[in-house]
Amino acid sequence: MRILIVGGGMGGTILANNLARRLRGELKTGKASITMLSATDQHMYQPGLLYVAVGKMSPDELYRDQASLLESSIRFEVDPVTKFDLAGNNVTTESGKRHDYDIIVVATGSRPHAEGTPGLAEHALQFYTEEDALNMYRSLQEFEGGRVVVAVGVPHKCPMAPLEITFMLIDYFKGRGIMDKVQMHYTYPIGRVHSLEPVANWAVPEFERVGVTYETLFNMKEVTADKVISEEGTETDYDLLVTIPSHKGMAVIEENELGAGGFIPTDRQRLNIEGHDNAFVIGDTTNLPISKAGSTAHFEAEALAENIAATIKIGTPVRDYDGKVFCFIEAGEGRATYAMFNYQNPPDPKPPTKGMHWFKTVYNKMYWASARGLL
Amino acid sequence: MELIGQMKLAEVGDELEVLSTDKGSADDIPEWINKVGHELLDSFEEDGVLHLVVKKTK
Repeated sequence: MRILIVGGGMGGTILANNLARRLRGELKTGKASITMLSATDQHMYQPGLLYVAVGKMSPDELYRDQASLLESSIRFEVDPVTKFDLAGNNVTTESGKRHDYDIIVVATGSRPHAEGTPGLAEHALQFYTEEDALNMYRSLQEFEGGRVVVAVGVPHKCPMAPLEITFMLIDYFKGRGIMDKVQMHYTYPIGRVHSLEPVANWAVPEFERVGVTYETLFNMKEVTADKVISEEGTETDYDLLVTIPSHKGMAVIEENELGAGGFIPTDRQRLNIEGHDNAFVIGDTTNLPISKAGSTAHFEAEALAENIAATIKIGTPVRDYDGKVFCFIEAGEGRATYAMFNYQNPPDPKPPTKGMHWFKTVYNKMYWASARGLL
Repeated sequence: MELIGQMKLAEVGDELEVLSTDKGSADDIPEWINKVGHELLDSFEEDGVLHLVVKKTK
């Protein structure tokens, strides 16, 4: 049984390692093989970029060699896929090599797409790449006060990022002693300050307590040098604009017409590509209406690994992915809370604590154990 | 949120049906459609699930 994993991010890596352990015997005897194809030999801990943007982590803390994270039984090649042939059960890579498979898992992730909003990339600070996060930190250091606007595109990776960057910026400005010269203004695309109602209900009193003004039903249409104009016909002035830009799936997904916007139509419980029993999707690449978050990829990977291993061993999958997501929420002032939810049960965020912030800080270091499938 | 994302991908004239159990959607979606200028074609509730049919007009 040839298992091909396309993508070496959080989802692909956790899946590969989990499968390698479950199929130890089959891999040893040659009854199964696992191959991972990735676009890079480096693995980035993407949630750390939020901290780089406010000077709390250094970029070199975010990387490990991908090969060092993988079980030795996994064949790893840096050779990105350029063509998917789902009907023929094979892919072709950039180098021209063809890989035949029995089972394929697509975990290519998503990418920020500020270019989709006129003026946004030119005028806004963002933190979804190392370069952008560092640029944001350098720009923050030069900022001496004024109106800071947080503007959010749809869809976006990490549902808590808009709230977290708002609270973390307040901490940053307080640390520099200029918060009395800063007005924080938060905007959000729907009619409340977060897509998850309990999280919105938690955030509003926090905003009011720390003096953040907010505006809802605000979708960026165009950005000029000093204001953001919304699709809804309003506009807001800024001195410093921070954006969580809209995201797209990877270009190769669109080029192969696997899904609009680069997101592949996916069964919400079995995680297979609709119409294909041996092709699966995890992480940001799915079109599921749930959070594009590392923990989503993590829990999907665990469920799928169990099902693929069971299919090989007993001929049938054994569980459904239940929509589980767990997100930390940095709340500022050295505190954090969390949101845990699934398809059936909404989150119930608790009052933030310093203990939860330290748990997140420790997790930022422990992530590598998670990627190896040990946590 | 899902509707906003899907509307970006849709063509003018496309009709989308939103299924939601989120109570806020009942007010938010019609308000957003009205503000942005799309068209709400139908709205009904079935087995506790809100259905909203929306046409992209621009």
